[in-house]
Amino acid sequence: MSRKQKKVLIRIIAAAAFLIICYIVSYICELPKPAEAAMFLLPYLIIGYDILIKAGKGIINRQVFDENFLMAVATVGALLLGEYGEAAAVMLFYQTGELFQSIAVGKSRRSISALMDIRPDYANIEEDGKLVQVDPDEVEVGSIIIVKPGEKVPIDGIICGGSTTLDASALTGESLPFEAEPGDEIKSGSINLTGLIKIRTTKEFGESTVSKILELVENSTAKKSKSENFISRFARYYTPAVCYGAIALAVLGPVVRMLMGLAPEWGSWIMRALTFLVISCPCALVISIPLSFFAGIGGASSEGILIKGSSYLEKLSAARYVVFDKTGTITRGVFEVTGIHHNTLENEKLLEYAALAESGSNHPISQSLKAACKPSPDASRVSSIEEISGHGIKAVIDGKNVAVGNDRLMKLLNIDFISCHKPGTIVHIAIDGEYAGHILISDVIKSTSAKAIAELKKCGIKKTVMLTGDAEKAALPIAEEAGIDEVHAELLPEDKVKKVEELLSQKGDKEVLTFVGDGINDAPVLSRADIGIAMGGLGSDAAIEAADVVLMDDNPEKIAKAIKISRKCMRIVYQNIVFAIGIKLICLALGALGIANMWLAIFADVGVMVIAVLNAIRALRV
Amino acid sequence: MKKSYKIEVDCANCANKMEAAANKVKGVAEASVNFMTLKMTVKFEDGADAAEVMPEVLKACRKVESDCEIYF
Repeated sequence: MSRKQKKVLIRIIAAAAFLIICYIVSYICELPKPAEAAMFLLPYLIIGYDILIKAGKGIINRQVFDENFLMAVATVGALLLGEYGEAAAVMLFYQTGELFQSIAVGKSRRSISALMDIRPDYANIEEDGKLVQVDPDEVEVGSIIIVKPGEKVPIDGIICGGSTTLDASALTGESLPFEAEPGDEIKSGSINLTGLIKIRTTKEFGESTVSKILELVENSTAKKSKSENFISRFARYYTPAVCYGAIALAVLGPVVRMLMGLAPEWGSWIMRALTFLVISCPCALVISIPLSFFAGIGGASSEGILIKGSSYLEKLSAARYVVFDKTGTITRGVFEVTGIHHNTLENEKLLEYAALAESGSNHPISQSLKAACKPSPDASRVSSIEEISGHGIKAVIDGKNVAVGNDRLMKLLNIDFISCHKPGTIVHIAIDGEYAGHILISDVIKSTSAKAIAELKKCGIKKTVMLTGDAEKAALPIAEEAGIDEVHAELLPEDKVKKVEELLSQKGDKEVLTFVGDGINDAPVLSRADIGIAMGGLGSDAAIEAADVVLMDDNPEKIAKAIKISRKCMRIVYQNIVFAIGIKLICLALGALGIANMWLAIFADVGVMVIAVLNAIRALRV
Repeated sequence: MKKSYKIEVDCANCANKMEAAANKVKGVAEASVNFMTLKMTVKFEDGADAAEVMPEVLKACRKVESDCEIYF
């Protein structure tokens, strides 16, 4: 509790104690009216003096529908009508409600910042053989920083000394720690678990992963959702409407009674009007909606799902179509050797020749050949390498003439080759003019893709579509394995935008189309779709810029999770809207009929707010 | 130009009122108040000086909510 809150709490306790004493005294002995009024005025002023002062300021600034003003009018009115106890009690409950709200909001603010507690406070730098803690902002790119076990990695960089186990769960939601050794790139925000490491920084603090994430999360609620805008508009009209209703009640009620020839009963009608004023405060509504969204976004970020604004959370909950990019989203986006066919030598031998021939190249295909050939063969066995652009490589290895390349290279060298019926890139190998077989290199599907699609179906996604620039032959088997409904292959980047636009025009108005990509070359499509989700977006600035939702790891199962979180959050938002408005309207009706007294009115105000706030906090748990 | 300021305000409705008031200040193109993160984001009109506009914004906000604070 802050000091301000403690002060209010003390006032509440004091006022409550005095009020009880006042009730007991007035029950035991019959006091004259002025004495009774003076007695009840004490707890009333203890608890309400600041409200009265604020109301006064509000009048000077002509803020008539200010809630302090409304509470002041309602309670002063009750005092004038001789309802001293009620006046003090209403003020007391009002303050209690405000205190509760302020504590609850503060608590959820803190628990959400705790979820995102990845901001590093310092970086260790070695100076004259001693470790010095400095502000991460001051560390220049290329400096060496030291991270001890238990500390957070403050800046992105490459390990240049020591190996360790890192926990990146605060970044990605992935709870399994991973091993890191010299040469590995690591992201700031991870926690060093076991060993001391030295890191050569590759970015400034402001450009590091951790800063980018914090910036994104902290600005996430700036873009307001329709529900939030609805509530603030509603509040703008609701309070004045109820206040005018109160005036109408106070004047028209007695007038109608007089016309009917009955006693006007001014006091009773004014009391009803004052009840209206107590119910007219809109705070329960206004607090619970943004709080629900805030909690939902906070909960999602603890799962490694960054949602850039409450309006996106709202839209995501209506997702009906999910369109995927293939490479890097459904598949791992890395090329691996997936087959060796028609070979005359053993697999290992053939791979070794291919890897040696490609040893001088940095092409992705060469990389995957080299990766598949472990331990890497001795490069001194290669005596000459000749690269024939667009064809492949001719090399002399162990004194043999080795040709490694595509169909065209084989044709060029007049060697008969066997084509492959499987999708992927084919690397043919010929040794001394004789065909020795081919190696198939292809992208592999992520182990989680099929489960992710099944999860999406379970949460009511009508159709999943995959878009790819690859050949149909390569795309279809992957789509089938993942369980995707529709595939469009051989698309150029601009075709992808057109395809998404076509799908957008086919769907219903309230249905939302989501595009999921890995952020590389996807920016136009990400921004064209209703909701753009970038996956493993940590690496790509363009993705963070263009996407509405960023999944910090590249697990497609997180898409269904994000949709579920958004639905839960929206359910809470609607519950709160209906509940808060409903109770207030019922209490207004009862108040007008004279059934509801001020006690019920204060429940409609404070009680509803407490319940709505508690309900909103539920969105934090995902 | 867009700038973000830390604010202090007690109730959500007051935050909404601050937002409405800030939007009416000359030199402010768009203002948005986030009660949950206690931040006010102000987009200034072209040519407006933040150092001149912000005291006016605070004054306007104080009118609708007397005990609010904007740190600029």
